[in-house]
Amino acid sequence: MTPLAGYLLVAALLFSIGLAGALTRRNAILVLIGIELMLNAANLNLIAFWRYGPHPEALTGMMFAIFSIAVAAAEAAVGLGLVISIHRHAHTTDLDAMNRMKG
Amino acid sequence: MSLIFYVLAALSVAGALAAVLLKNTVHCALALTVAFAGLALLFLQLDAQFAGFAQILVYIGAVAILVVFAILLTRGSETPKDGVYSRNWPVGLVIAACVFAVLGWAVLHSMSALPQGTSAVPVVTVLDIGNALMGRYVLPLEIVALLLTAALIGAVIVAMHEKERPK
Repeated sequence: MTPLAGYLLVAALLFSIGLAGALTRRNAILVLIGIELMLNAANLNLIAFWRYGPHPEALTGMMFAIFSIAVAAAEAAVGLGLVISIHRHAHTTDLDAMNRMKG
Repeated sequence: MSLIFYVLAALSVAGALAAVLLKNTVHCALALTVAFAGLALLFLQLDAQFAGFAQILVYIGAVAILVVFAILLTRGSETPKDGVYSRNWPVGLVIAACVFAVLGWAVLHSMSALPQGTSAVPVVTVLDIGNALMGRYVLPLEIVALLLTAALIGAVIVAMHEKERPK
């Protein structure tokens, strides 16, 4: 197995774990944690392809990963702000209890 | 494949599994920090120093702390009585397993198309990254700056306590 395939498999495993967490947990914060894990797995893929790709000096994969980290940070801030706002409104973060869009 | 890679991969996967499986939400946040640290070390193992340290700064320093703050503000550490998993958790588990099967199959069956062997270590300094960010990637950089500003102001406005309107 080449090193690149090893990194890709680890990233696939992390992505699946994050997806399972996002789909199975009740707590909205835990769902956000799962989404963060999925984003991180994608970053690992980008960095691995950058490192073992034909032109690492072009920095393409590295730049993509850096911008992805920045976007993920913005996503986390907005997501947790929404969770706090929903908790103030509905007094719960249980996603199974939030089954209507009307406030 | 070096031993360090296996150790770091096991650390990240174990942290991620614990973050998803543990019952107490605070423990989940701590396990998430371990997973982020393992990923940062994997980045360093891939000779991406800047991305590795950015990962430590942004994820361990900011996102994990943000998650802990959100847990404390929503009293999310109290374990609910009717379990921590959603009603239809088997469906989610099956979907995740299918996704992993497809991804793993794709990686294992495209082995010959992937770049082979270990190429030379790319020498990339922070100076190179800064030059690239200020040269070729300056427009994406500005857009990300705008996005971060908008997202942070938006997060504050969304989470801000609504004052009672005087009647």
